[in-house]
Amino acid sequence: MYVAVKGGERAIDAAHAWLAEERRGDLSVAEMSIAQIRNQLRLAVNRVMAEGSLFDPDLAALAIKQSRGDLIEAVFLIRAYRTTLPRFGATQPIDTAQMACIRRISATFKDLPGGQILGPTFDYTHRLLDFKLAAEGQLPPQAAPTAPPVRASMPHVTGLLDQDDLIQPEVDAGLAPPDLTRSPMELPAARALRLQALARGDEGFVLSMAYSTQRGYGRTHAFVGELRIGMVRVSMEIPELGFAVEIGEIEVTECETVNQFKGSKTEPPQFTRGYGLTLGQNERKSIAMSLVDRALRWRELGEDWSGAPAQDEEFVLMHADNVQATGFLEHIKLPHYVDFQSELEMVRKLRAEARAYKEAAE
Amino acid sequence: MQASPAPLFDRPAWMGLLSRAAPQMLAERLALALPEGLADHSLLRGPEVGSVMVQGRMGGTGDAFHLGEMTVTRCSVRLATGEVGHAVVQGRSAEQARRAAVVDALLQNPLHAGLHSSLLAPLAEAEATAARGRAEKAAATQVEFFTLMRGEDA
Repeated sequence: MYVAVKGGERAIDAAHAWLAEERRGDLSVAEMSIAQIRNQLRLAVNRVMAEGSLFDPDLAALAIKQSRGDLIEAVFLIRAYRTTLPRFGATQPIDTAQMACIRRISATFKDLPGGQILGPTFDYTHRLLDFKLAAEGQLPPQAAPTAPPVRASMPHVTGLLDQDDLIQPEVDAGLAPPDLTRSPMELPAARALRLQALARGDEGFVLSMAYSTQRGYGRTHAFVGELRIGMVRVSMEIPELGFAVEIGEIEVTECETVNQFKGSKTEPPQFTRGYGLTLGQNERKSIAMSLVDRALRWRELGEDWSGAPAQDEEFVLMHADNVQATGFLEHIKLPHYVDFQSELEMVRKLRAEARAYKEAAE
Repeated sequence: MQASPAPLFDRPAWMGLLSRAAPQMLAERLALALPEGLADHSLLRGPEVGSVMVQGRMGGTGDAFHLGEMTVTRCSVRLATGEVGHAVVQGRSAEQARRAAVVDALLQNPLHAGLHSSLLAPLAEAEATAARGRAEKAAATQVEFFTLMRGEDA
């Protein structure tokens, strides 16, 4: 138990002053601007937005600057800020079929309507350090080549399989989704709640859970049916007016897995789906999310419980949030003097008793 | 205001354009379209920063779930001439929300229909240009994969 302590104000103030100095670093080096972070560390910004569960690139960049690049600390700052905002309502569900894709690939179909678009990807790079980037004051890179745009809308790959009943359908039954920011998580959790928790879950944790399924702990035989990144319009009904307005545009990453499925007692043999969706360009996270989503669906698909960690929704959902995890983990470094004092006394007492028992026996 | 042809945008469309425009662009375009400044108005609500919860759909087409929030700013105004305008804009710019609400009110009066061509059309064009720029770069990375015959199959 943490017990309040008093005192230490002077030391704490000095520590925070030093923190501010360390954050700024060597004064002979130019200070980073929010715009620089937002533009040049975009994937860090995206991760903080996804796990902070708030789309606002400027705020995420500020949080990264304030946290000295500690991304979990930055996520914490965003979550704390979020709690100060009044919630004006919910948007209509985004329509990812209408996404303006900058990247769209499929590992299952070579030729798909709308084509495969690589986009600005690390794939096919050689992962060799580029020392040219270490030289400052370089000319800007050559402009990326352009070509006449492909068709505006790109149908989902899973839709193609759905036409032939080869994949489990995904139907809108009009259910109102639960919201874990408004009511505590209850288990067993509906899939909507699981997806919300995964979308804001720690990338490293979700990645490891997904990897464990690939290595055999709850194997789901996943193919990336489609991965797409791009801008989608966010539409919201304006209560005063009674009609919807496309109030914004956000970047999201969507991954749909197509999973081998031999059928079960309740379900026919057909492909099944895992789904990943994240704020911002977060490719690894979205793929991982879709694998974990699929593993967690074992019950509704009538599969056997194999005891794998990724199938255990309590294990996954209760440990995916890095703000919760870091809060509980790091609080043990705070003063626990009273707790520890009682532990110390107990160990001394037990040792004294043990010694007395031994002496009596001799 | 000069008389102008039929309005180019309906209200949901113009509110969307005003909401999605970058704050600086809206300020600059508005300064050109309304050189005399924003019409006299009183604030009915806000500008107030808040959030909206963005929803996604399972599998893209299934039931909704909560993806995460985004910041928005809302504002409602009444013009001296009586029209009421509303705005919910992406981001945290109070100025943008106020401008968008005033323009929403102005556009309800046919007297200001000139704003369709002087303000809204350039905003729509700028948005389309940005989208086209991304689409053209994306198109240049469109790939054709060929499957090769495996040695053992030959």
